[in-house]
Amino acid sequence: MFPIRVRNLRFQPNGRTVLDGVELELGDEGITLVLGPNGAGKSVLLRMLCGLIQPTAGRIDWGGGARPEGGIMMVFQHPMLLRSSVLDNVALALKPQRVPGAERQRRALAVLERVGLAHRAADSSRQLSGGEQQRLALARAWLTRPRLLLLDEPTASLDPSATAEVERIVREIRTDGTRILMTTHNLGQATRLGDDVIFMSTGKVREHTPVQRFFSRPASEEARLFIQGELPWRMNF
Amino acid sequence: MPTFSSTFAEAFMLLFSFDERVAEIVWLSLKVSGAAVVLGTLIGLPIGACLAIGRFPGKSGMIVIMNGLMGLPSVVVGVTVYLLLSRSGPFGSFGLLYTPSAMVIAQTVLVIPLMAAIARQVVEDAWQRYAEELQVMRFTWWQSVTTLLHDCRHSLSVAVLAGLGRAMSEVGAVMIVGGNIDRSTRVMTTAIALETSKGDLPLAIALGVVLIVVILILNAVAFGLRAWAMRRYG
Repeated sequence: MFPIRVRNLRFQPNGRTVLDGVELELGDEGITLVLGPNGAGKSVLLRMLCGLIQPTAGRIDWGGGARPEGGIMMVFQHPMLLRSSVLDNVALALKPQRVPGAERQRRALAVLERVGLAHRAADSSRQLSGGEQQRLALARAWLTRPRLLLLDEPTASLDPSATAEVERIVREIRTDGTRILMTTHNLGQATRLGDDVIFMSTGKVREHTPVQRFFSRPASEEARLFIQGELPWRMNF
Repeated sequence: MPTFSSTFAEAFMLLFSFDERVAEIVWLSLKVSGAAVVLGTLIGLPIGACLAIGRFPGKSGMIVIMNGLMGLPSVVVGVTVYLLLSRSGPFGSFGLLYTPSAMVIAQTVLVIPLMAAIARQVVEDAWQRYAEELQVMRFTWWQSVTTLLHDCRHSLSVAVLAGLGRAMSEVGAVMIVGGNIDRSTRVMTTAIALETSKGDLPLAIALGVVLIVVILILNAVAFGLRAWAMRRYG
């Protein structure tokens, strides 16, 4: 699967440019934060890596081969919560792999322990708080032991303590050997969590650098303005 | 000539005396319509879910046809099923005409489009919310159908109730394929039509009251179950 090489990736639905020749290379470990203003194309890039959207042009090379059949998971900003228990929602991830029901539940309970939700296993998923819902979504993704985990703003609208808990789990998943690519608007989170940063604006990757260098010496003017919080007001969206 | 009030009084006498004729007719109605709704649920809901999730040529046309068939006249269904089950028809050898089985078949045909059309709308709304995540988890098409049907079970109770209402209240199809034979294929609606034409209004009214009460009770039970489930699962 690794290295993942993205070459001249374009996405232009109905003639509108969303991704404009994205070039990228990702190694097999670490946490990469994708930063950029709204409309930069961050979520679309993640969906494309996940196979949910097909590019208009360009290609993604997965370790010299085609896109692998499995091993990629994605957690969304608003996770899917079925009208069933927390345990069933997590165990759901193993349904396509035809894991027997009892084994599914056992493994789901084990991963719920790791995200601190085992005590709520029997509760309805709809009764969870926003932070707990994201931990459920992370548990569901973690259960399949993916090689690549894509996180689309998993801590947006969470309070600081819920955000800290999600960050702890993300670090644990990474320690478990999963490569993580995550979008966020939280610059503090980027410094706490990221090994490197991909900065995008207007559908292009402007920078891909280690996180410390990005914040101390941004290479592009756009990145500097973004860090200072001025970019959205300086650009014509 | 009986008065309005005396007719109602006689009807309630029949009801409270637990008249055997009334009980027989009510029981057969519940069996026939219940069986039709069970079959309609097993066939109509998956069809609706498949239409909601599937991507295939002619899908829009199928949805239009399905929606149009919701208003299918029951006498048309009755005549069609009659032709299929009559001695010279393709299924004539089964000898089902003028039996409760024929009535179940006719009512099932009537409720399937209605239940499928409602299920399609409900499942399509859920699919728009969940599609990406189910695709990421590599759910097959059929796994997505079963998962969404299970998740939408509370909303789909509306489809089941609509099917039950349609099945229990229709008269044309069961009259044609059942023949309204006393103690064999006479159900509440056909009995009401017959007794009214004969002038036996107390029995017709008694059956009408039972029909309305049964439908109200089933709706109340479904409403209660749905409210409980919504509190439990959100």
